[in-house]
Amino acid sequence: MTGYIFKRLLQMTLVLWVVSVIVFLMMSFTGDPVFMVVPIDATDAEIAQARRLLGLDQSLFVQYGRFVTSLVQGDFGNSYVFRQPAMALILERLPATLEMVLVAMALALVVAIPLGVYAGANPNSRISRTIMAGSLLGISLPGFWVGMVLIFLFAVHWGIFPSSGRGDTAEIFGLRVSLLTADGWHHIILPAVTLSLATMAILLRMTRAGMMEVNRQDFMKFARAKGATRRDVLYKHGLKNALIPVITIFGLQLGDLIAFATITETIFSWPGMGKLLIDSIYRADRPVIVVYLMLVALIFVVINFLVDIIYTLIDPRITLK
Amino acid sequence: MTEAAKQPLLDVHDLRTHFHTFGGTVKAVNGVSFDIAEGEVMGLVGESGGGKSVVGFSILGLIDSPGKIEGGQILLDGEDLVKAGEARLREIRGREISMVFQDPMTSLNPLHSVGRQMDEVLRLHSDLDAQARHSACVEMLESVGISRATERLRAYPHQFSGGMRQRVVIAIALLARPRLIIADEPTTALDVTIQSQILKLMRRQIAEKGASMILVTHDLAVVSEMADRITVLYCGNVVERGRARELIEAPAHPYTRGLIDSIPDPSNRHERLKQIPGTVPDIRNLPQGCNFRDRCPRAQALCAEIEPKLSAQRGSLSAACHFPLNPGESA
Amino acid sequence: MTAFLQSEFFHNYCRSSSAMIGSGLMAFFALAVLIGPFLVAQNPYDNATLNLLDSYKPPMWLEGGDPQFPLGTDGQGRDVWASILYGARISLFIGLVAMIASCTIGTVLGLIAGFYGGLADSIIMRIADIQLSFPSILIALFLMSAVGTGIDKVLIALTAVGWVVYARTVRGSTLSEIEKEYVQAAKVAGLPNTKIIRKHVLPNVLTPLIVIATIQVGTFVLIEASLSFLGVGVPITKPSLGLLIKNGFDVLFSGLWWTSVFPGFAIMMLVFGINLFGDFLRDELNPRLK
Repeated sequence: MTGYIFKRLLQMTLVLWVVSVIVFLMMSFTGDPVFMVVPIDATDAEIAQARRLLGLDQSLFVQYGRFVTSLVQGDFGNSYVFRQPAMALILERLPATLEMVLVAMALALVVAIPLGVYAGANPNSRISRTIMAGSLLGISLPGFWVGMVLIFLFAVHWGIFPSSGRGDTAEIFGLRVSLLTADGWHHIILPAVTLSLATMAILLRMTRAGMMEVNRQDFMKFARAKGATRRDVLYKHGLKNALIPVITIFGLQLGDLIAFATITETIFSWPGMGKLLIDSIYRADRPVIVVYLMLVALIFVVINFLVDIIYTLIDPRITLK
Repeated sequence: MTEAAKQPLLDVHDLRTHFHTFGGTVKAVNGVSFDIAEGEVMGLVGESGGGKSVVGFSILGLIDSPGKIEGGQILLDGEDLVKAGEARLREIRGREISMVFQDPMTSLNPLHSVGRQMDEVLRLHSDLDAQARHSACVEMLESVGISRATERLRAYPHQFSGGMRQRVVIAIALLARPRLIIADEPTTALDVTIQSQILKLMRRQIAEKGASMILVTHDLAVVSEMADRITVLYCGNVVERGRARELIEAPAHPYTRGLIDSIPDPSNRHERLKQIPGTVPDIRNLPQGCNFRDRCPRAQALCAEIEPKLSAQRGSLSAACHFPLNPGESA
Repeated sequence: MTAFLQSEFFHNYCRSSSAMIGSGLMAFFALAVLIGPFLVAQNPYDNATLNLLDSYKPPMWLEGGDPQFPLGTDGQGRDVWASILYGARISLFIGLVAMIASCTIGTVLGLIAGFYGGLADSIIMRIADIQLSFPSILIALFLMSAVGTGIDKVLIALTAVGWVVYARTVRGSTLSEIEKEYVQAAKVAGLPNTKIIRKHVLPNVLTPLIVIATIQVGTFVLIEASLSFLGVGVPITKPSLGLLIKNGFDVLFSGLWWTSVFPGFAIMMLVFGINLFGDFLRDELNPRLK
């Protein structure tokens, strides 16, 4: 077990290193950030001065060395736009993004699993076909467009839900969380629904495929031959087995939700790190983009690690090596 | 008391189970009749694809779409299981009739402990409390020859060998003291050395518990050791049946003869193994007349025209053949 | 041809309503893209044909609508229906070209990795692994933010995220294919590797790619739409369906919904059609499910 964790930590570090190289290289090709810090009427001398101060005049290798050194020290530099530590900016907005992603994931699971089990157990019924067509529609939808349609219907037209912002938040453990206030829930529903649709559809399809696969297995028939009810056979014997492939993509889906949160946050003006990222891309605010990328990479790597642990909890055949 | 006067435990009459697929209707079981008395072991024999397993699943009402029981009766103590509802069938499954599957590697749920899978049967079919169920499971596991049973109950299927898993499956099948066990090729997936152990175990357990058994197999050697009576299936029909000893020693149907001749004889290793020539015909469009005639050395013009009906032959034997074999005669 | 008409594939196709609807939608968009622009009077990008007096006309069935503009107009007086026909062209062009590029590159890399193994295999597959642990949209978003907007840039970004799935699939089937006797025999017979790959391996690893390629066109259309919506996709002079939605979003709050809702609906139907048909293909081409 210790050996396994050590190996995984090594792998995770390797991935993060590769990501840092890619991020660094990509950042080196984006628009010249020096113009973000100097006044519009700056002279050539002032620009050169700023360039030196930012270290942009040195070779790529030297720049990368300094880049990694500061990353390791947790120093990502100041945002060119906000003139504050980029790390703090992102962390301040992280809870808003996470709570939206978590609500969306919960919503997706609650809807997807029962419907997926049903559709997998009765592949030929009319209801199953409807569910599957609906889920296919779900993965065919442009997520941002759904958000807009929801805004138009529920905010502009009927005025049931607010169209933007996060609403009231309450503070817990120093984090501002909107899930603790009614107003917060009122604000989170539309963005969370928008974000969850694609994931919901994919999880549903995976659950169904897993269920159909499991249904062909002898032990399902053996369980029925024991006299178990159909429901017990499906949920007690089938679901757990069917969930194994679902768990594999669960981590990927969580990653997708974080990625698509950038778009959802932009539409709903949700003050999360995704919206900050898009704003920073427009403004070539390099440090913020770097923090976002490295943080998201870290989150993905940790999620993948956790998924592997969950695997072993569900499947006794898998041992961590 | 004569045989006929005793009501059989299970009486299958003219069972027809068909599968409706793209290529046409597969009449996997097409008019099969047999019965089993209390405490009797009946061998259901035939080549793969002969519809043997479908008979077993039909009895338990476990035929899934696109399959369907199209007709016939399955009488358990006079109650017709074909007409029984799902709730009644659930009471019967595991309690009155239980099943042992072919491949022990796949018939246990890999994610549940062996104890949990055994316990499930007792929870479904008994009023015992947790403690009593646990000791019943331990006792049953020991009686099928698994030592350190208490410990093993907590283990998962992948921690057992194939033979051990089949013992677990048998233990599960016996747990609720069913009156009939359907064993579908119970030893086919096992090593030869394990096969005879498992067969002995099953025979002993059946005898001890006074249960009956339908032993579904392609292997006549296995049934000749185990069965009291044998029913031979070909293309979804019964072609011959009778007492095991008579049928093995002097079958009346050329197909049975062929099956017997293809059993390897350990005392004569140099003799080339005989095979039935040809293959099972496409069951979706069976030829007119006798289904076996293309592979039969005795076939004559009559066989192509009229399908032979099952009729009484020598002794206990019945066979569906226009030109049955006499004792000692080869096919 | 008659063999095809009598095949199980065709039979199942006729019985599957989703396959019929899916291919119907695909055919509709193919037609719309090929001949659509000749059917509408207006070229939405030719400013000479635009009239500002026509701006923000609602769809024709609403009050103030004009039959000349069946789905209404935008702020410059552009016919939304014409914009969709032109936009679908750009969206589908990007989706198809990026798919072909991804498929070609991915297949070649997958064949190399699977057939030769060794260092090439390790490098290709490690890159694939790392890339797969990140959502495509995020990778594409960063590539776009690095290289700037433009149709060519979108194609590069999509190809960069799209090749992985082919490489992995092809590598997997290549590995199992080269174990087979006929490939071994060809090797023993001294056939050159390139010939073995071309004649024996390639034809046998292509089937699963059909499904992936079909569905990927839809995925690419969606990713491109998202990128354009975020303003890092196609340029304003070449508005794809996604960019049309973005332009419509700005006026959504004034209740002018049609400029964004209809293009989005078009994307949805296009991708839905592709996915329906892809789903049918998957069921047909995967013998394990039968």
